[in-house]
Amino acid sequence: MNNNLCLWWTGLIAAFLLAPLLKGIINKTKAIIVGRRGPKLLQPYYNIIKLLRKGCVRTTTSCGLLAWGPPVTLATAMIALLFLPYANQISPFAFTGDAFLFAYLLGLGRFALVLGAMDTGSSFEGMGSSREVQFAALAEGPLFAVLGFLAISSRSLNLSSMLTCPLPAQVPTVVAAVILAAGIAFVVLLVENCRVPFDDPETHLELTMIHEAMVLDYSGPDLGYILYGSCLKLWLMAAFVWLMLIPGDFGSPGLMMVLHILGILLSGVIIGIIESVTARFRFLKLPQFLLGSLGAALIALALTILTGRNLP
Amino acid sequence: MTDTTLTITNCTAIPLQRVPSLPVNTFRETLLELVNQQQRRVSAFFAMPGADTGQGLELIAVLANDNDHTCDLTRTTIQDEFASLTPECPTFAWFERELAEQYSIAITGHPWLKPIRFQPPMIDGAADPANPPKTIIAGDTDYFTMDGEGTHEVAVGPVHASVIEPGHFRFQCLGEDVYSLEISLGYQHRGVEKMLLGGPDRRTLPMIATVSGDSTIASTTAYAQLCECLAPSLKPSPDALLLRGIAAELERLANHVGDLGALAGDVAYLPTASFCGRLRGEFLNMTAEICGNRFGRNLVRPGGVKFALTPAKAEKIFRWLDQVSKDVDNALNLMFEAATVLDRFENIGPVSKTAALDIGLVGPAARAAGLDCDIRFSHPYACYADTAPARSEASGGDTLARALIRRREITASTKWLKEQLALWKKDNQTTPAATALPALAPDSIAVSLVEAWRGEMCHVAVTDAQGAFRRYKIVDPSFHNWFGLALSMRGEQISHFPICNKSFNLSYCGHDL
Repeated sequence: MNNNLCLWWTGLIAAFLLAPLLKGIINKTKAIIVGRRGPKLLQPYYNIIKLLRKGCVRTTTSCGLLAWGPPVTLATAMIALLFLPYANQISPFAFTGDAFLFAYLLGLGRFALVLGAMDTGSSFEGMGSSREVQFAALAEGPLFAVLGFLAISSRSLNLSSMLTCPLPAQVPTVVAAVILAAGIAFVVLLVENCRVPFDDPETHLELTMIHEAMVLDYSGPDLGYILYGSCLKLWLMAAFVWLMLIPGDFGSPGLMMVLHILGILLSGVIIGIIESVTARFRFLKLPQFLLGSLGAALIALALTILTGRNLP
Repeated sequence: MTDTTLTITNCTAIPLQRVPSLPVNTFRETLLELVNQQQRRVSAFFAMPGADTGQGLELIAVLANDNDHTCDLTRTTIQDEFASLTPECPTFAWFERELAEQYSIAITGHPWLKPIRFQPPMIDGAADPANPPKTIIAGDTDYFTMDGEGTHEVAVGPVHASVIEPGHFRFQCLGEDVYSLEISLGYQHRGVEKMLLGGPDRRTLPMIATVSGDSTIASTTAYAQLCECLAPSLKPSPDALLLRGIAAELERLANHVGDLGALAGDVAYLPTASFCGRLRGEFLNMTAEICGNRFGRNLVRPGGVKFALTPAKAEKIFRWLDQVSKDVDNALNLMFEAATVLDRFENIGPVSKTAALDIGLVGPAARAAGLDCDIRFSHPYACYADTAPARSEASGGDTLARALIRRREITASTKWLKEQLALWKKDNQTTPAATALPALAPDSIAVSLVEAWRGEMCHVAVTDAQGAFRRYKIVDPSFHNWFGLALSMRGEQISHFPICNKSFNLSYCGHDL
C-alpha cells in the first residue's frame, strides 16, 4: 500500500477545521426533525470565536488547577488526533502501542477537567465530576474491548494498522464482528461526547448534568478551549468509528478523502436523529447499558478469535 | 350545621356573626376532629385583627367537605399564642407558619417553625426609633442538615439556570440519593393580601389577575364570585358563566400542554418538547381571540365578563381547536409511546395516597395519587353545576401519573370545549365596566373555591362595617402542593428533581403573594 502522507495531512487539517461543523450538523438535524429552523450550521464556529475574544473570569476560591483543565483537555484531544489514519493513510506518528496512548490521552484530558471542576468546590461540579468519572470508568471497558478486537483482527497494536488492516469481507462472521464492534464504538462515542441518551449537552438543569456540570465555572477563552476540544473529540471518535467500518485501500486518494469526510459528517446526522427520537436514560440505567456494551464487544472479540483460527 | 361549625355552599356570603366563635380548645378539637376523622380538607386557615383594637386576633378556618359539596366555617379569638395543630395534623404546617409570620402569633409546639415568605408583619407596628425593624432577607433561615461521611448539601437557586421564578431548594444528599429537600420561597413576595385590604377598588381586579399570571382566569373568577355573593345585585348571566368556564378550560389546556412539553424537554425528548411549546401558544392565542389578552386578563369581572363571544368567533375557535387538538394528540402520542420517556417517568417521585391526604395535596397532583378532589365536581361553580368536562382519574402518584392525569384532562377539556363551542349560537351579554362596584354586604364572610389548573384555589373575603375588605385571603393551590414536591423527592435520585418539579409545576408568585 502506498502511504500518501499528503493525504494524511489533509485529513488532519480537515479535522482541525471542520470539527465544529460536525456539532453544527447535529444541531441542525435535531432542529429540522422537530420542525424548527435551528441555529446556523456554522454557529459552533461563531460561539468559539466569540468566546476566544472575551475576557475570562475565574473563581478566586480555586488554586491553579482550574486554569489547567481547558488547555490540557484541548491539547490531549489535539495530540490524540495525530494517531488516526486519515483516509486510511498510516499516520507518520504511529508506533506500536499508540492505541493505548490514544485511549489514555482522552483519559488525561478528562482527568484535567475533573480536577479543575473539583477545584471550584461547587456542589454541582462535584456531582458532575463524580458522575463523569463513574461513567467514564464504565465506558473504558467497551472501548478497550473494541481496541482488543481491532488488535487481534489486525495482529497489531499500532492504531493506524489496526484501523487500516483489510479484513476478509467475504467471511460473514468477520463482517458481523466488525459491525458489532463498530456499533459499540459508536456507543462509546455517545458516552465520551456526552450525547443523548447518556447525557444531554443542551440541558440547563444542573442537577441532571454530567459533563456540562463540570464546566459551569468556565468562561471566555477557557470555555472556548473546552468547546473546541469537545468538537475535536467528537470528530476523533466519529473518524474512529468510520475507519473501523471502511478499512483498507480503495479508489483514488481524492475519492478516499471525500468519502472519509462525508462519512464523518454523516455520523453527525445519525447522532442528530438518535437524539431526536430517544429520551435520555436515567442514571441508574447507564451502568447496565455500558456493561451490556462491554458484553457485546467481547462477543465481537470472541468471534474474531474463533474465525481467525479457521481462516486460511 | 352543628354548634361548632357553620356549613355553607361554595360561593356564599353570610354575616360573620353567624360563624360560631369557639373557645380556643374547642376550636382546636373541632379542627382536629373534622380533618383527621371526617376527611375535611383545610382550604384556608388565617388570622385577622379583631374588629376593635385590643380584641386580639380572630382565627378563621375554612374546611372543604368534598362529599357534601359544602364548606365548614369556624373561628376563635386568640391573643398572641396558639398551640400548634401540626404535630397531630400535618396539613396545618404551612398555614401555621404563615400565621406566625403574618401576625407574630407564637405557635407553640410547631415542629419546624420558620419564616415562609420572609414578609413583614401584616399589622404595621408603631414606629419605634430605638428598635427599628430588622431587614428581612429571604432565604436567611435555618435548614435541615445532615452529618456524616459522604453526605453533602446541594443548594439550588434562588437564581436558576432556566427562565423560571426564584425559589431556593436545599437537598441533603448521600451520593446521588436525596434524603431531604427543603423548599424556601418568598422571593416574589409583594404584599398582595395587604394591598387588597380596604378594597374593592380600581386596583383590586388587576392585582387579583396577577396573583399568578398563568392562573389569571381562575383567580379573577374566584374574586368575581366573591363580589357576586357579597353583592347579589351583581348577577352574572348563564352565558357569562359558561364563557368563564370556557376560558378556564382553555387556561387548563394551555398549561397542561406546556407542562407536558416541558417534561419531555427535561428528559431530552425533543419532538414533544418542541411541538408542545408551539401548541401551548395556540391555546393562549385562542384566549386572546376572546378577550385580546393571551392570559385572559380583563375577561372575567364581577358581574359577568367584559367581552362577548360572537357566534362567528366561537365557530372560528371551534375549528381552530379541532385542528390544534389533533396536533396535541400527535405530540402526546409520540411521548407516551416512547419507551425511553416512559422509563424516565415511571416510579419517579411517588407521593402515596396516604401522604397526599395527610399533607392536603390538591389538583392534578392529588388526583394522580388517587385522591378524588376536583372543585369542579365537589363544589360546582360557574357553569360546572350544569355541564363539566368528564372526570379524569389516575393512580400511582408518580411522575408518570402526574403526566397521565394531565393528558386525560387535556382530552376531557378539549372534548367539552368543542361541545360548548359548537352549541354557542348567540352573543353573550357583556357586563359594562362598572365604575364602582355596588356596596358589598357589611360584616360578612364569603368563600369562593375554584379549580385552577393546578388545583383548588380558595379566596375568602371578610368585610367590615362599611363593606370594604377587612381581610382578603388567597390560598393558591401551590401553597398546598409545594410540600408534596419536597415529599416526592425523599429517597429519590437528585437527578430526578427537574422532572419531579416539572410534573408539579407549582407557582412561586402564587405562593409568595
